[in-house]
Amino acid sequence: MKDKLKNIFKGGLGQLTIPIIAILVLIIFNLFRDPSFFRITVELNNDGNRVLAGNLISIINAASELAILAMGMTLVTAASGGQDISVGAMAAIAGSAFVKILKYGGNINGFVVFAAFLVAVIVAMIFGAFNGTLVSVFKIQPMIATLILFTCGRSIAYWINGGATPTVDSGIVKAIGGFIPGCPIPTPVIIVIAVAIIFKLVFHFTSLELFTQSVGINGSAARLNGINATWIKLLSFIILGACVAVAGTIGVSRLGLINHETLLLDVEMDAILAVAIGGNSLGGGKFKLAGSILGAYVIHILTITLYAMKVPSTDVKAYKAIVIIILVVIGSPVIKKWFAKTVARIRNKKSQVPVKGAQ
Amino acid sequence: MKKKLGSLLLVGTLVMSLLFTGCNKGGGNTPAQGGNTPSGSGTIKVGVVNNPPSESGYREANVKDMEAVFSAENGYELKTFYSLKNDEQLQAAQGFITEGVDYLLVSAAETTGWDEVLKNAQEAGVKVYLFDRMIDVDESLYEAAVVSDMSAEGDLAVQWLLSQNLDEYNVIHIQGAMGSDAQIGRTGALDAQFASGKMKKVVQQTATWDEAEAKKIVESVINSGEKFNVIYAENDGMAKGAVAALDEHGITHGVDGDVIVMGFDCNKWALRELLAGNWNYDGQCSPFQAQVISDLIQGKTTATAKKIINEEKGFDAKTLTQEDIDTYGLGE
Repeated sequence: MKDKLKNIFKGGLGQLTIPIIAILVLIIFNLFRDPSFFRITVELNNDGNRVLAGNLISIINAASELAILAMGMTLVTAASGGQDISVGAMAAIAGSAFVKILKYGGNINGFVVFAAFLVAVIVAMIFGAFNGTLVSVFKIQPMIATLILFTCGRSIAYWINGGATPTVDSGIVKAIGGFIPGCPIPTPVIIVIAVAIIFKLVFHFTSLELFTQSVGINGSAARLNGINATWIKLLSFIILGACVAVAGTIGVSRLGLINHETLLLDVEMDAILAVAIGGNSLGGGKFKLAGSILGAYVIHILTITLYAMKVPSTDVKAYKAIVIIILVVIGSPVIKKWFAKTVARIRNKKSQVPVKGAQ
Repeated sequence: MKKKLGSLLLVGTLVMSLLFTGCNKGGGNTPAQGGNTPSGSGTIKVGVVNNPPSESGYREANVKDMEAVFSAENGYELKTFYSLKNDEQLQAAQGFITEGVDYLLVSAAETTGWDEVLKNAQEAGVKVYLFDRMIDVDESLYEAAVVSDMSAEGDLAVQWLLSQNLDEYNVIHIQGAMGSDAQIGRTGALDAQFASGKMKKVVQQTATWDEAEAKKIVESVINSGEKFNVIYAENDGMAKGAVAALDEHGITHGVDGDVIVMGFDCNKWALRELLAGNWNYDGQCSPFQAQVISDLIQGKTTATAKKIINEEKGFDAKTLTQEDIDTYGLGE
């Protein structure tokens, strides 16, 4: 424990430095701008539940889907050295499948919702496996391979929905996307924690993390050491599929509505961004899930801050871009190297001073 | 190696072009098959070139309306062609003219490139009506254009809002994708009110038709503690997102509620929200032009101008009936 603390002070926070600094800067900025930004209150909502409310709650709630997708995306990035750009479209498919089954059941009870979720997971995993096969077996670049689903995914969702935007009115669905009666914490946040714990457990009890990293660092070397690189890559896409299904289900449940055109629109870019902000190399290899999760929250703190500042609609994306450019440049190897050098130089100078004084 | 690649490319393009011409022929054949059905001498042959129903809920209703009005029972023989591509539409229109339809109805994918085809139609004695969208051609080339006026739709909604006689108007304005026809029309009327000072703009943000984004925007206003009593969302989905935010924060809305909720598009599910009193108003850019055109064709009405503005509808939760939902609602 002591060593660990020492390490943190010695080497900084490692790859988590950038997202943590970004979060701190945004928090300090908001403190100066308007301290009431952080006010958290307990309110009685229209369903008669006492729930937490406030910007912070909005942020961690709204970032849920992105955080889950970022976890899956990290794994795919690490294993294949590329990104899946079809997650938004796949989420639309999974969400549509979820609603389709709910509509089929007629009377929506817990069992039907569970079955619908299971179908959504299976459907998304099949599409994930499709992407994964193209990447791992046919050695197609991930971005090209997933471009196919990126292009046609929302059309597939359209077919499932029959062109409409079906709505579901059910207490259980509402609870998934909102609040469980009696629980003041938004359910999506609880789901994110659950998914993170599952990942942690899987990494703890299996060698998935190690295998994924070794495949990402050097596929041939991993294969020579008896790791089935093809399977590991394929598996990462299938796991991402499951994450997509969870995110899609949350997205649909928030409003009880599936709009295949807008569900998690452009989320693929945000997910990749979250992975990058989290300090993970987009070229694959070593990775840290915590970084990507923090990255997801950074993106949403930024979004909600801009909304709170009432930045005109047409300018929001430009402001977002500026902040992200700064973050990515700070995290770039060139700047990191320069920073490390400067720190070393200052240290050297400091250590030289007492020597001189002793003479 | 290079030579081989070159020849491969050549063969590839040849095959592709063959395939595509095949496709186009296939597209052209679809309407022709419709022409095989025997028709009596009294039927009016109508060729409709439209965008595919899969484009949107609006288009789906539009296509259904066309099929219902220009039916065999009403004395029509209908041929249809749907595509999002202008060149395919042009080809199909030319096909309809060659087949000798009496009337050609067009909702073009693009506003340009129609001169030649419409001139051919004129020479062949085929009368042309435009619906939903205008085309950049000389007015003499078509009988009339039945189109929507998006700004009239926005005006109608704002007039309704003014007629509510609220003491003050603190409006959250959630916009659609910036630059789209619907956004410009629906924003314009409200902007005029903001400018005149009659209504106060609490926030004006685009959610690019995204429900979840709309929810975030409203949430940020609630968290800031600012007062508002109107939500003007430029489509139904975003209105639903806004209402979800209200529900989570225990703010009442709709008829007898603290906040007036306004949406657009008139999806059936949205109108049901109105009927239940959860929302207050839903406006529609009417997809129903078929009856107007049918009346013109049959001489029941005569066009006073080349451009006919289709009557826009807006529904008030207090006067809405189940019958309205069945007749005017889109989707399921």
